[in-house]
Amino acid sequence: MATHVAAATTFLLLLLLPFSTSVSHSHRSAAVHLFAPASASLEDAYEALRVFEILGIEEKTHSSTATCEKVLENLGSSSPLKDLFYALKVNKILKCNVNGEGFEDIASRLKANVHDASILLDIYYSIGGLVLMKDQDSNVDVLLADVDGVFQSIKALSQSDGRWRYSSDNPESSTYAAGLALEALAGVISLASSEIDQSKVNIVKNDIVKLFDGIEKYDDETFYFDEKFVGGNEQRGFLSTTSSVVRGVTAFAAVTSGKINLPEDKILGLAKFFLGVGIPGDAKDFFNQVESLAFLESNRISIPLILSLPETVYSLTKKGQLKVKVNTVLGSAVPPLTVKVVRAFSTGAKDSAIIDSKELQYDQESGFHFLDAFPKNVDVETYVFVFEIVLHDCGSENVYATGGQIHVPIFVTGIIEVGNAEISVLNSNIGSAETQKKLDLAGNDVVSLSANHLQKLKLSFQLTTPHGHVFKPHQAFIKLRHETKVEHVFVVGNTGKKFEIILDFLGLVEKLFYLSGRYDIELTVGDATMENSFLQLLGHVELDLPEAPEKAAHPPPPPVDPYSRYGPKAEITHIFRAPEKRPDQKLSLAFLGLILLPFIGFLVGLLRLGVNLKNFPGSTVPATFAILFHVGIGAVLLLYVLFWLKLDLFTTLKTVGLLGAFLMFVGHRILSHIALTSAKLKSA
Amino acid sequence: MARSSSKDAQDLFRALWSAYAATPTNLKIIDLYVLFAVFTALIQVVYMALVGSFPFNSFLSGVLSCVGTAVLAVCLRIQVNKENKEFKDLAPERAFADFVLCNLVLHLVIMNFLG
Repeated sequence: MATHVAAATTFLLLLLLPFSTSVSHSHRSAAVHLFAPASASLEDAYEALRVFEILGIEEKTHSSTATCEKVLENLGSSSPLKDLFYALKVNKILKCNVNGEGFEDIASRLKANVHDASILLDIYYSIGGLVLMKDQDSNVDVLLADVDGVFQSIKALSQSDGRWRYSSDNPESSTYAAGLALEALAGVISLASSEIDQSKVNIVKNDIVKLFDGIEKYDDETFYFDEKFVGGNEQRGFLSTTSSVVRGVTAFAAVTSGKINLPEDKILGLAKFFLGVGIPGDAKDFFNQVESLAFLESNRISIPLILSLPETVYSLTKKGQLKVKVNTVLGSAVPPLTVKVVRAFSTGAKDSAIIDSKELQYDQESGFHFLDAFPKNVDVETYVFVFEIVLHDCGSENVYATGGQIHVPIFVTGIIEVGNAEISVLNSNIGSAETQKKLDLAGNDVVSLSANHLQKLKLSFQLTTPHGHVFKPHQAFIKLRHETKVEHVFVVGNTGKKFEIILDFLGLVEKLFYLSGRYDIELTVGDATMENSFLQLLGHVELDLPEAPEKAAHPPPPPVDPYSRYGPKAEITHIFRAPEKRPDQKLSLAFLGLILLPFIGFLVGLLRLGVNLKNFPGSTVPATFAILFHVGIGAVLLLYVLFWLKLDLFTTLKTVGLLGAFLMFVGHRILSHIALTSAKLKSA
Repeated sequence: MARSSSKDAQDLFRALWSAYAATPTNLKIIDLYVLFAVFTALIQVVYMALVGSFPFNSFLSGVLSCVGTAVLAVCLRIQVNKENKEFKDLAPERAFADFVLCNLVLHLVIMNFLG
């Protein structure tokens, strides 16, 4: 049972990823999917068209008619500046049938705007529009009269650290605004009717150098720009800020003569930053990345050359060739050059190099530089190869950024031989082996051993590379699994040449939870550079351990089946309070009869006493009141019975209140009448 | 001695009875009413003793209604009794009105507590 260790395989897969490539075919197919055919705004339409133009993708013509309509709509002189700007940009690519007369009005409007505007964005759009019109229609007069004034108004917004403000009222400075300003300044220079003062140009070049002093860096030598302040209307990410700066700087370098003193490693770092993004998922990020790479591809400062390796993992068994490719950022051809391996050394032994200063050969057909053969002493290890690009034409060293010495980690994998594998059961005191068995790890046979708690289990083996050196893998574990699925893992240590582990059961009794029985022994050996990493069942051992004492730890419970939580749950039995025992119905009825007895006795007694109604008032009015009085009392008592049966307290109280008032009135009348009559009788 | 004591008891009883016969009728009616209430209460207590006090509130309200009404009747008797000098100026009708009113309030409370 030999299986590849999962960790080693995924690591190998990750190693197979190429090392820093330029724009590839997958970029093109992603672009087609990412940009919608019918764009909402002119800005999105422009971005899509520009990306297709740079990557050389044929776009569908039907969408261009709809876009051309939008362009014509927005080329009126009353459209907002931003829409006008993007309409002109789209027109430059699509070349719609635009009426040349409208251009004159637009040009004069934009020129007026340039002179009046105090906000950077307005100046940027106006200048940009004028530059685009100059390219599209040579008859239009776009040249600026007061070039120095415009230059000054843009320059006035610059800050001492090379960044720019958006307007004179806004104190916060922005790197993105610096990119816009530089592009606008480049536009002003190209629109100048006369030669611009060189000292002003040099001041701006200094600003650019200062801006690049504030560049940020990742550890892998990629450079990018970041906005230092948080806030403003839009949050700008690294990609859009960096691409704005690249746009501005390359535009400025294109219209000025002389060099801008920027170190070539920063330009190369910017190129690596854009390439490192991979394939962006957002349309705007994609546009920023591709356009910046297009500007870097042919800029006047220095053109970055990207060295890439399609594979960084080489297998000794398959005997591949080391291949290197040098490209520009968009994948086009480079000037004649040679790739040299300055040094190659193993990460374990940095001083001894396996390769010292060797040139790679160039294959015209595939465009790869390759190493014809690895040196003989290359073994299963990780190496670092140091490459250098050497241009054939010495003069072009200022034009291209080659990046100096490039360190690339190369992984060499191979088959590791496992030899001298032995497993034995030793008696503890004497150290003599009771059972000793040789293991053949290539085959599938399993061994059967037995041991008790006084003995030790010893496993040893040797690992050798194809060249016969000792190999130290990342993982060497032995696992003991009981019949009840309780597992224990131990690390196999190594001393010099041999890997050995001795399991002393006397000390391990408590760790094994005192469980006796059959244990499976599994050996795991794995490494990223080992092509034959394995997890193998070696055999079984019958362990006889003493009984667990009272206070010993219990083995962990078997893991709960994770799907059982979705099964039916245990039935819940509710325990109700046992209802009170009620008396027998007959008994209750008997007592009901008994209760009525005193009442009957009362009535009988009344009769015996000679109760009569002689005192009942004779005349009508008192008689009515008397009757009403008794009726009232009866009504109240009836109300109480109703209250007990079904009414609630509030209605009862309300009704009692009403009846009580009535009763009091009536009662007062009749009782006062009776009192009067008895008083009259007494006095008479 | 026993015979004389039983004869004394009989004589005492006859004397009490003849003395009682002299009381006015309305007072006798009230006494009868009190006896009726007390007997009803007693029967309820016996019933409770037999079957247990499960709806205790019902038992209490039953007993309390009997006892309450008996107490009110006793108050009425005191106020109505002509030989009672304290309440000479109080008209018996007024006492009766108080009796009726208090009974009605008592029974409202009892009915609420009966449950």
